Amino acid sequence: MKIKEKSSKSNFKKNKRIVIACIMLILLIIIGIFAPLIAPTDPIEQDLSNILQTPNGKHLFGTDQFGRDIFSRIIYGIRISIVEICISIGFAFVIGVLLGLITGYYGGRIDLIIISFLDILAAFPGIILAILIIAVLGPSLINMLIAISIFSIPTFGRLARNSTISLKNKEFVIAAKAIGVNDRNIMFKHIFKNLFTPLLVQVSLTAGGVILTAASLSFLGLGAQPPTPEWGVMIGQGRNFIGIAPHLCLFPGLAISYIVLAFIFLGDGLRDYLDPNLKNKM
Amino acid sequence: MKTYILKRLILFPIILILASFIIFAVLRFIPGDPARLMAGLKASQEDVQMMRERIGLDKSFLSQYGLFIFNLIKGDLGVSIRSNKPVINEIGKCFLNTFILVLSSYIIAIVLGFVAGMLAAIFQNTWLDNLVIFFAMIGASTPNFWLALMGMSLFSVKFRILPLMGMGTWKHLVLPSISLAFYPTALIARMIRSSILEVIWKDYIKTARAKGLREIVVYFKHALRNALIPIVTLIGLNFGSLIGGAVVTESVFNWPGLGKLLVDSITYRDYPLIQGCFLVTITSVILMNFIVDLIIAKIDPQISFK
Repeated sequence: MKIKEKSSKSNFKKNKRIVIACIMLILLIIIGIFAPLIAPTDPIEQDLSNILQTPNGKHLFGTDQFGRDIFSRIIYGIRISIVEICISIGFAFVIGVLLGLITGYYGGRIDLIIISFLDILAAFPGIILAILIIAVLGPSLINMLIAISIFSIPTFGRLARNSTISLKNKEFVIAAKAIGVNDRNIMFKHIFKNLFTPLLVQVSLTAGGVILTAASLSFLGLGAQPPTPEWGVMIGQGRNFIGIAPHLCLFPGLAISYIVLAFIFLGDGLRDYLDPNLKNKM
Repeated sequence: MKTYILKRLILFPIILILASFIIFAVLRFIPGDPARLMAGLKASQEDVQMMRERIGLDKSFLSQYGLFIFNLIKGDLGVSIRSNKPVINEIGKCFLNTFILVLSSYIIAIVLGFVAGMLAAIFQNTWLDNLVIFFAMIGASTPNFWLALMGMSLFSVKFRILPLMGMGTWKHLVLPSISLAFYPTALIARMIRSSILEVIWKDYIKTARAKGLREIVVYFKHALRNALIPIVTLIGLNFGSLIGGAVVTESVFNWPGLGKLLVDSITYRDYPLIQGCFLVTITSVILMNFIVDLIIAKIDPQISFK
């Protein structure tokens, strides 16, 4: 017992990526929570006497075409990014895992229909499917999040289904069945517990992609709408000034890279730490 | 092997039909009356009714879909509301432009990704390896439209060596294709590096070395072969994300391709054009996945047993 503890501890030490990722993300969340205290100005209020200032002592990242402080807007943007991740992944996770558990556990015709549907959904390139859905619902932040979560469903659904299929004939499930545990408890208590590791890895790997897609869609004007301090929107609006004021685009882009990088570190690190065998499967 | 290919061959048209059905069905829910849009602002109630009959909106949903498929087979995708030209012509023009952009990004990504991944694996744990890992991380975490804009501000505005936007000479292609290639390059480099490092201690590599083969032959002929299947899969699956990325890149550079056409058609609610753009994009992605499946079946001996 002691030996095992020691080895896992040194394993964690070896895995610097998880630590770095956690520090990066916790820092971001703290700044996001205390945004009103940290941001020097309001993120939306315009100040037309101060437009397009380059970075200086008063405005750390400069000001935009309406005189708004870019630093403040980026800090408030953290909140939007976190909401984007929580809503779209949360929704996709719940639906995907439910579908995966049920189809994997029962098999048969339902399995065939649902998995074929997920396969077709997965054949659409993510951003194109999102644009298709936004074309119908109309461009807005919440519609974009619905679109992103719909195309993320197959990722979680297929993972949950494949793992459930390989788990459902293991001894612990058969034993649970033998002592009369009902199907629902087997699925949600026994099997789900074992799905948790691959799903956790998948959540962190998907989170970076969600941020990139959300930024792309908002940049195209299909997601969050101005004056929301969403990073993609900021770049989309700043692009018209790229010739005279590149800092309008520079800083929001760095913010996007920061958060995506943190999730890549977290996903890779967790995958190697929790289950080295997963590396070849995902 | 034969049954595998046969299965894929049967599945391919089924997926295509289902995808076309999804696109057709989903787009019916766009708010607003397409007949009124198509008839124009000044149209009277009778004109709208006539338009509705002409495009078949008065019929039932399934017969509308049947008509749509029937016209599709004839190569008729309807008429664009905005330009009043056949959708198929509009798309044809743009398709070629997108093809040029995606193909050149693909070439850049494959060549650069291979070279960088191989170098990182051969010189593992040196500064060169770290440099490749660093760039792969940047490539995977940076939005391509941001890279495009930064490239623009540096090379088009500051140094004035590349054109700002549009299409024409080869110089117009440089920034769009490089910014689009960043992400797949990073993925390919990482994949090649890790696939090679996985096998480099295996016995068959030792045997190859013991035979006295040159290092370069060991890496290219023996180690790389192991990496081939995941890499072909990765490159194939990336086609979809490249097409998706092209949508954004095209609109940054005003590149007259399919992606820009799609975004514009949504802005103008050009209903037949939206439908056509989606159909062509999705069909090409599904076709690409199909081709990749066939290639993998060809190079992976294990599939013939499945």
